[in-house]
Amino acid sequence: MASALIHMPASAKPGEIIEVRALIAHTMETGFRPGPDGKPLTRDIIRKFECRYNGKTVISAELHPAMSANPYIAFFVKATASGPLEFTWTGDNAFTQTEQKQLQVQP
Amino acid sequence: MTTRRQLIAALPLLALVRPAAATPEEQKAAIATYTSNAPIKRGKVTIDIAQLIDNGNAVPIAIRVDSPMTEQDHVTDIAIFNEKNPLPDVVRFKLTPLAGKPEISTRIRLATSQTLTALARTSDGQWWQQTVDVIVALAACVEGEAI
Repeated sequence: MASALIHMPASAKPGEIIEVRALIAHTMETGFRPGPDGKPLTRDIIRKFECRYNGKTVISAELHPAMSANPYIAFFVKATASGPLEFTWTGDNAFTQTEQKQLQVQP
Repeated sequence: MTTRRQLIAALPLLALVRPAAATPEEQKAAIATYTSNAPIKRGKVTIDIAQLIDNGNAVPIAIRVDSPMTEQDHVTDIAIFNEKNPLPDVVRFKLTPLAGKPEISTRIRLATSQTLTALARTSDGQWWQQTVDVIVALAACVEGEAI
């Protein structure tokens, strides 16, 4: 399990647009860097990121080696109803991780 | 002492050590594939990035698109392409109206000073783009072992 950091408010008003910042610990090995033997190290990156709000996709991303190590993605979500925000990262070497955060929506 | 002539003679060697870089033509081709050769208009997209970058390993970048982000009129795609990294692709996002605001921030790697292109597709099927020139002092991708 890689450690993931998700910053977002725990509660919001209906219709409020909240910022969500998601970061995960990952080397994002590009496949272009030479290792100690001079040969390029094999690629090991996160390929996909997805955020779902109450089961519906808010944003998804296709990541390439040009993303920095420990990929950080910040975006916005419009709060409509209380429910979980689910974050999924998938990548090379069968990497997969899901995190969940609750959002309370109250007037 | 190294003469200027010796230095010039060593230049092709330096070029050999560096990993293959994408070219502006490859960037154009990658963008054409991504947009399925659709016409791209300039505007609507704003790129927020430092013009002079100390460290190319983690460059903060934000993309903003001018859109009300409603069910009828929203941004469906945002992508970043580069000219001179080993691969022309950086990241491709897909958005839905649930996002509420067409803005994304992330951190990217830049191999050298180059021109970045950000693209966005609105729900009416139109493509918009913006380009920015950046200067990179310490490059990513070219070092050997991890720092």
